[in-house]
Formats: sequence, structure tokens, C-alpha cells
Amino acid sequence: MAYLTPRKRATGMGSAKSGVEHFWNMKVSSIGLLILVPLFLFTFGPALGSSYEEMVAYYQHPFPAIVAILTLSVGFMHFKNGFQVLIEDYVHGAAGQYSIIAMNCLCYAAAATGIFSIIRIAL
Amino acid sequence: MADVNRGNRPLSPHLTIYRLPITAITSILVRITGNALLVAALMTVWWFLAAASGPEYYEFANGVITSWFGDLVMALSVLGLWYHTLGGVRHLIWDQVIGLDIVTAESLSWAVIIGSVALTVLTWVIMLVA
Repeated sequence: MAYLTPRKRATGMGSAKSGVEHFWNMKVSSIGLLILVPLFLFTFGPALGSSYEEMVAYYQHPFPAIVAILTLSVGFMHFKNGFQVLIEDYVHGAAGQYSIIAMNCLCYAAAATGIFSIIRIAL
Repeated sequence: MADVNRGNRPLSPHLTIYRLPITAITSILVRITGNALLVAALMTVWWFLAAASGPEYYEFANGVITSWFGDLVMALSVLGLWYHTLGGVRHLIWDQVIGLDIVTAESLSWAVIIGSVALTVLTWVIMLVA
């Protein structure tokens, strides 16, 4: 450590030991969702309420299936990060940490379930 | 202690007596709509899972999601989705240090409200026609 300058030791170590990754993640995923959400809304919406045969036939097309997979994966990661900010603002201590961990589990589980289901329908 | 009158002094305007400006109302609504969208997102995942499970379970899940209650949740979620989307666009604009003065920020607030309602009605019409 004696050979490192103070500048070198401080680089990349913000006050929270991380930089603006969370903010940047939210920003990148929000721009992704700006494209994906309208595409998903107008592919998923008309399919909702259709018969089983119609639904399966529709989601065997690549475009609606890929849009749905991307929207669920990017959407749940965006939700996970957004929920973390909500908890950090209003809930403090252990309860807040448990809430964030629980929501992380739920978001990954929901995204994985959705992606698995769409792939199973599509293939 | 310098401040012996703790608890019995005039406090700064608090949420209960302070009329929130339109920028504050539209800001908190971005957070509320974003988090409320979890319900519709989980219902959507359930719908896909049901379709992957087979015709009988799909009929059940599809019936629940397109019941009057499911339709209500989905219809309101469309409003929440457009609101959160436009509110997010406003944040992306503000991140570029554009429109942060009061007049522009308040105009953007009304644009988010009116825009989200307009896009919601448009979406409902398109869904009903489709």
C-alpha cells in the first residue's frame, strides 16, 4: 500500500464504496423499457383473453416471444432496483434489508418463471 | 442544550398542512405507479406460466385476468404504465439539465398527467378494436 498514491487508492471508491452504478442501471434499463414497453403492450394486449390455441400459436412467432422475454427480464431488473430505492428511502435497519433481499428473490424468480414459460410455449 | 423548547416550537411546513406543488405530486406518483406495477407484472408472468402448463390451467388463469376485476387491474395498470413511462422520460430530460426551471418543470408535470391519460385512452381504444 505504501507504493500507492492517495489518489490511486481513492479512485473508484465513492463515499458508498461504489459509484453511480445504481443510477446508471436505472437509466439504461429505463431507456430499454422505453422501446420495449410499447412493443410489449401492443403484442401482449391483443393476445390477452384469446383461446389457448390462439395464444400458443401467437407466441410461437419469434417477435412477440422475444419482445416478451426482453420486457420481463429488463422490466423485473428495473423494478428490483427501483424497489430498492423505495425501501432505502422509507424503511431503515434490518427490516429494510430483509425487504430488499425478499424483493430481489421475487424479481429473479418471476423473471425466470416468465422466460421459462415463454420459451416453453414458443419451442 | 441551546434549544430547551424542544417539541413546542413552530415547525417548518409539514405534509399535513402544506399544499404539495404539482411537481411534488407528479414526482411521488412516479414512485407509486412504478411499484404498483408489480401486481400487473406478476399477473402477466402467471398468465404465461399457465399457458406453458396446459389448456385447462390457461383457461382458469386467462379467465381470472380477463374477469371484471382482472380487467380493472389491467386497465388501471395501463394508466400506471404510461404515467411511469412519461414520468421516467421527464427524469431523463432533467438528467440532461434541461427544463429544471419552475415554469418548465410545472409544464412538464401537466404534460405527464395529460399525456398519460391520453395514451391510456388511446391504448384502451386500440385494445377494444383489436
